[in-house]
Amino acid sequence: MTNVGASAGRVGGLDRVTGRQRYMADIRLEDALHVKLVTLPCARARIVGVDTSRAWQVPGVRAVFTAADLPDPMPRYGVHYDDRPVLAVGETKFHGEPVAAVAADTLDAAQKAAALVGVDYEELPAVLDVRTALDPAAPLVVDPELRPDDPLAHTNVRREFRYTWGDPDSAAADLVIENTYTFPMVTHFAIEPHAFAVAVDETGVTVWSAIQHPYILQRVMARVLGLPWSKVRVIAPDPGGAFGGKGYPKFEPLLAYMAMATGRPCRLVLTLEETFQAVRRNNAEVRIRTGFAADGSLRFQDIEADFLMGAYVDISARVISKSSHLAAGPYRTPHARILARAIHSHTPPSTAMRGFGTPQFTWALEQQMDEAARRLGIDRLEIRLRNLARKGEEVVPGDTPADGDWVESVQKAAAAIGWGEPLPEGRGRGLAVGIKSSATAGAAYSILRFLYDGSVFVLVGTSDMGQGARTILTQIVADELGVPPESVNVVMGDTAAAPFDYSTSASRSTVFMGGSVLRGCADLKDQVRRIGARLQGCEPDQIEIERGIVRFPGGEERSIVEVVQEGLGPVGGELIAVGTMRGEADPTHPIGGRPWFYEFNCTAVELEVDRKTGEVLIHKHVTVADVGKAINPLQVESQDEGAAVMGLGHTLMEHLVLDEHGRIVNLGALDYRIPTTKDVPLQLESIIVENGDGPGPYGAKGVGEGGLLCVAAAVASAVNEATGAVVRDLPLTPERIWRAMREVTPSGASPR
Amino acid sequence: MSPQRRAVSLVVNGQRHALEVVVHHTLLDVLRNDLDLTGTKECCAEGECGACTVWMDGVAVNSCLVLAVEADGRQITTIEGLSREGSLSPVQQAFLEEGAVQCGFCIPGMVMSAAYLLQNNPAPSEEEIREGLSGNLCRCAGYKRIIAAVQRAAEEGRR
Ligand code: FES
Ligand code: FES
Repeated sequence: MTNVGASAGRVGGLDRVTGRQRYMADIRLEDALHVKLVTLPCARARIVGVDTSRAWQVPGVRAVFTAADLPDPMPRYGVHYDDRPVLAVGETKFHGEPVAAVAADTLDAAQKAAALVGVDYEELPAVLDVRTALDPAAPLVVDPELRPDDPLAHTNVRREFRYTWGDPDSAAADLVIENTYTFPMVTHFAIEPHAFAVAVDETGVTVWSAIQHPYILQRVMARVLGLPWSKVRVIAPDPGGAFGGKGYPKFEPLLAYMAMATGRPCRLVLTLEETFQAVRRNNAEVRIRTGFAADGSLRFQDIEADFLMGAYVDISARVISKSSHLAAGPYRTPHARILARAIHSHTPPSTAMRGFGTPQFTWALEQQMDEAARRLGIDRLEIRLRNLARKGEEVVPGDTPADGDWVESVQKAAAAIGWGEPLPEGRGRGLAVGIKSSATAGAAYSILRFLYDGSVFVLVGTSDMGQGARTILTQIVADELGVPPESVNVVMGDTAAAPFDYSTSASRSTVFMGGSVLRGCADLKDQVRRIGARLQGCEPDQIEIERGIVRFPGGEERSIVEVVQEGLGPVGGELIAVGTMRGEADPTHPIGGRPWFYEFNCTAVELEVDRKTGEVLIHKHVTVADVGKAINPLQVESQDEGAAVMGLGHTLMEHLVLDEHGRIVNLGALDYRIPTTKDVPLQLESIIVENGDGPGPYGAKGVGEGGLLCVAAAVASAVNEATGAVVRDLPLTPERIWRAMREVTPSGASPR
Repeated sequence: MSPQRRAVSLVVNGQRHALEVVVHHTLLDVLRNDLDLTGTKECCAEGECGACTVWMDGVAVNSCLVLAVEADGRQITTIEGLSREGSLSPVQQAFLEEGAVQCGFCIPGMVMSAAYLLQNNPAPSEEEIREGLSGNLCRCAGYKRIIAAVQRAAEEGRR
């Protein structure tokens, strides 16, 4: 029996098809109050006064909170910057930021009372786009007093990240291409809206949150509330999809204060509309000047990117610093200069989202490659193959070198899409590549409890949000200890039960937590060897253990559980092993450490454009991932399919639209469209490249984000082949394509 | 002034419930909050995502769009009622076998829509499956395995 490498069924699948899986909003807390937020119909306003008297008259109301009910100065929190107030104080910074909150016995009462909170406010001019934000006359989103010792405090720029190598100014090039590309504001749209609850008692504060990183929430809550970490217990039910949007604290601190004030647990389930207002992806403008030699080889990249991160930093500074470091992509780039700005605006805060800043750069970079190919008369596939870093070659000097056979992935994608074969009338093919840095540092601890009957508890702090971490960890333990997968119980989502895990981000779980669990298994086997040696009077290293069979020097074979039971004797007990996997931070490295691995993807599409409407029909979409080793091929393929379709969302239809008050116009599922069964490619193929060259268990790398990175560029490339149209702004709506088609010059060259 | 209530009688998964419901509460509210049948999920609350799909008198509906009082006297089937005594319906079985489940949040609604589709059209074409499930959003998957699961369940049903 081997589990690793097989497409084992999803652990938790049965509960999910029967409706028994309890997500955050399904959990009942005795006596809990329902919370409703009070917001204003504009992004930025001065709060003149808040009248709570009418709200208090609603029967069942237990608390009406405003800034005045919170400590002074207003407590602020965040993952890297303590910049977010528990409630808006003085001024709102984005549409959806709460100025008050009501807690009541029923949701009806809370909603009714929230509508009766009278806020006297004065709308103020808001900063909603990059250009306004950078205007020296623009209002400052963040009060400079909150940014002491920050030379940029009197601007809307929070951070600037600069990376340079070689000598981009004197690099000679035969062709220089300069363009600006925009990537829209999009949102995660996990089908499960955000939900939270907090209860306070003698043991401390218990927080329930559908969160990816329970330990970060624990730390932030402890800090804002002034509690030791041991008094903050975070219970994190499996999120119903997250994609980066459920990474960091949102309204948990507010609920804690309300729970303390009322003495009752407080719960808040956001509507989908409120979820849209909570977090989103960074929109970006990327200006890029690329130099090529006549043979298509890259000479230099000069990249300047503005990321509009919204009112609070959340994790965006990291999104931007990390993605911009790899902005030149998976190519050999002899000279480069990169500047990326993290800019504040009066818009909902941006956070991590699948791809972590990379899709914004990939959109620009890959279109530059296409334009160079067109202008130099080189095949689009060929120009990529010429420039791709080969295994072991550097992409960014001093950083992790290319860790896979990327050419192999590209060739597989090209073959699968039929690159170079005759095209049916009206169709085009496109191909693009993308690369994302993985985790640069982290720590993942696991506890394995080998119970007397041979079953195993695995306690880990990773969250299973659909990527299937439970399944992967079960497969590893079942193989390593030779126990049936059904007797492995992976316990997650409780900081009081499971040891520390840095986060469930950057596709790290298989590599970090998988590695941790693998080490825990090794520790367990050592313990069994020591027991066996004691029982048999031999040395531990004379004993071999393979797939649950203990082999003694004389050739005798016994199962692990027999040895453990005899060793523990009639009193019983259990073996407890700890797995530790750490990647230390490197303060001398520009992004705090070298990435453990890269997620490399090549996407190829064949599509048809309706010349009358500009509508795109994707006939075939191929996504190829270099994964090192697929511990569960089905899970790898299906995650990449999901990433591909999410990528098609921002490529073809998704875009949060703001009105002049900074309100999201298309707030909710009716107006913000994501792909349905009718929008997905007629054929979707996910291909895995496995060369066992990753740092994780059995040579695995992380997966699940790659499939999204270069979708937009691949589609744009195919649209160009089909129609000649060049579009540099996403999404590629029918209207944009239609307009671009009309601008095509007779020679087929793109308009400048 | 407490919210206005009305007596309704619902037969949910074969079991009769006499309830006093708040008049503006939806069937979804009542299933989840009054009856603790939380298998049916809420996402958009405006009839666009399908996470709340149940059957009313055998017809698939978005329970967030049905007022509980409108469901008075009706037969309701939820995801909890689709598998009986521990045995999965063919659609549920096929979703597991095809690996169609990721985070799972959309799955109860997806399963209810798929089972409804197969009841009315035991041998749907791929096109008909795409059409039949187009009101059910999934953000995790590429829908491919979901469509394959419905095809598999249809084949099982024809055996
Ligand atoms: S919750 Fe009913 S359709 Fe979305
Ligand atoms: S499985 Fe996550 S939304 Fe469908």
